[in-house]
Amino acid sequence: MADNIIRIEKVTKQFAGGAKAVDDAQFNVERGEFFSLLGPSGCGKTTLLRMIAGFEFPTAGEIYIDNQPSALIPAYQRPTNMVFQSYAIFPHLNVFDNIAYGLRKSGLSGGELKRRVNEALGMIKLDGFGARRGDQLSGGQRQRVALARALVKRPKVLLLDEPLGALDKKLREEMQIELRQLQKSVGITFVFVTHDQEEALSMSDRIAVMVKGKVLQIAPPQELYEAPDNVEVASFIGSINLIDVTVKSVGAGEAVLDGAGFGQLRARAIDDLKAGEKLVAAVRPEKLALVSSRPGSGSFVEGTVKASAYLGDRSHYHVFVKGRTTPIYVAAQNAERALTGGFDTAKSVYVTWDWQSLILLRR
Amino acid sequence: MSAKPAHAPARMGDPGSGLKLFAIAYLIFIYGPVLFLPLFSFNDSIFVAFPLKSFTTKWYEQAFADEKMIGALISSLQVGGIVAVVSTVLGMFGAKAVTRYQIPGQGLITATIMLPLFIPEIILGISLLILINSVGISLSLITVTIGHIMLCTPFAMAVLSSRLHGFDRSLEEASMDLGETPWMTFWRVTFPLAAPGIVSSLLLTFIVSFDEFLLSFFLAGQEPTLPVYIWSQLRFPNKLPSVLALGALILIASCVLVVVAEWVRQLGTSEQKVGV
Repeated sequence: MADNIIRIEKVTKQFAGGAKAVDDAQFNVERGEFFSLLGPSGCGKTTLLRMIAGFEFPTAGEIYIDNQPSALIPAYQRPTNMVFQSYAIFPHLNVFDNIAYGLRKSGLSGGELKRRVNEALGMIKLDGFGARRGDQLSGGQRQRVALARALVKRPKVLLLDEPLGALDKKLREEMQIELRQLQKSVGITFVFVTHDQEEALSMSDRIAVMVKGKVLQIAPPQELYEAPDNVEVASFIGSINLIDVTVKSVGAGEAVLDGAGFGQLRARAIDDLKAGEKLVAAVRPEKLALVSSRPGSGSFVEGTVKASAYLGDRSHYHVFVKGRTTPIYVAAQNAERALTGGFDTAKSVYVTWDWQSLILLRR
Repeated sequence: MSAKPAHAPARMGDPGSGLKLFAIAYLIFIYGPVLFLPLFSFNDSIFVAFPLKSFTTKWYEQAFADEKMIGALISSLQVGGIVAVVSTVLGMFGAKAVTRYQIPGQGLITATIMLPLFIPEIILGISLLILINSVGISLSLITVTIGHIMLCTPFAMAVLSSRLHGFDRSLEEASMDLGETPWMTFWRVTFPLAAPGIVSSLLLTFIVSFDEFLLSFFLAGQEPTLPVYIWSQLRFPNKLPSVLALGALILIASCVLVVVAEWVRQLGTSEQKVGV
């Protein structure tokens, strides 16, 4: 059995208003893992994080932190530390005293305190900033101080509540890499809350997707993207084309389907597939390609380009296919240098794909 | 803040001069009478009237020699001090409750606490007098103090809740996250951040209590506060100049207090930007 630092057992949080912010969540976080809670705003991910931190208490269920039942233990007695969305840098203290705040509580003082704080300042590359006040720091620096203040306590789990949300795009991307490296070097378990799927995909060992209080799927980034469990996860992570299909026949590891506007389709079979079953076939836009002449073989469908957008490295096309109300999205890499191009909106084009790119999902 | 708004109207056809005149008249109306206090306190005549006679400091000597008046001053200072501390502590509890927790019936609770601000003091005074008499407590400075605490707590709570609203809640959470108990979090985070508000609240409630007449008049019994004592002495014309002398001193003390309070408040607001 894996070494689980956090075990969430059937945790439900219901607020006085009646809505369930977190609905029967059940999962484990492994020791040393970078674990992300990903979901749209209001999905309950922050509430779940605050329950792990001890700022909210579950209505039902138990939270084990390092095998201790902790659901009702207050924040100040937990081996977790948090980086707040607002960073919560104490404005009446300088950087040194901010970082030393939790250490002073643990009875550290003098040389040892100084050593630990300076070590933390070095870790966040803010050596010599100890005397600065909170208002003399940039957003990125405040974020680092918040990180150092939490990590200097050497928590068993570091909780991060959308810590990069307030930074501009470039700084955010730098911090993503830095945060990931930091996590690897300190070896502390990170639980990271974000609504930004790219952020979650690029940083995490595993991601839990939450929608409307429910944990829909927990998987490593690649699995989450390439093999989503259901339509909700598939459409939340990246963009995807959904095709309603009916199973015609099931062969060895392969299913033949009938899709509206697509005619006969092939896809990899999933468990317990029966002829006549109605499903959704999903395919990512970048797995599709556009060609102007009818392919001799393979999977393809005929349509017309309704709209296109040139994005430099790639182009996006909306292709209208007869029998479908929504267009098919195609994202094509502009792998070859071309000064003109694109597709004639009056003529037929063909959308092609490798049949194994289709993902079969149950509603 | 800058001089610009004052100059701008003057440039376009000078409608500003009327406004200036109004402002000056207004200031004279407000502060003129008050300034007579120090003026006549140095006038060598028991009649408070022009023309002024020669300069004297004997009214100040007389004021300090008047044991009853000094006693009333000390009573007022004592009551004001206790009222300031107690109502600020109570106000802090109330402000923390309404700004940090979701309490059912919160609006009603806040309204109830704020109500004494809107009830005419004479009604408050009479009802407190009836209550205290019917319970059988004899009137003293203690009853005055109780009445003043009731009156001042809403002021304290108003000042403190606006201060507590002003800073990020996650600061207190961060402290607890770093291992501090709620009690120590109050002392290490909430208290220092709310300190400017606490100082304003202490000064404001002290001044309200020190200045208060009606409740003290009803509840003081044989131990008058300074306003009550002064009122009782107005019947004796020869006492008036020494009252003026004491009044002038209190005026100066009040000005100093207000300036200090405002200075502390501004320190607080410039600091507050950091918290958000």
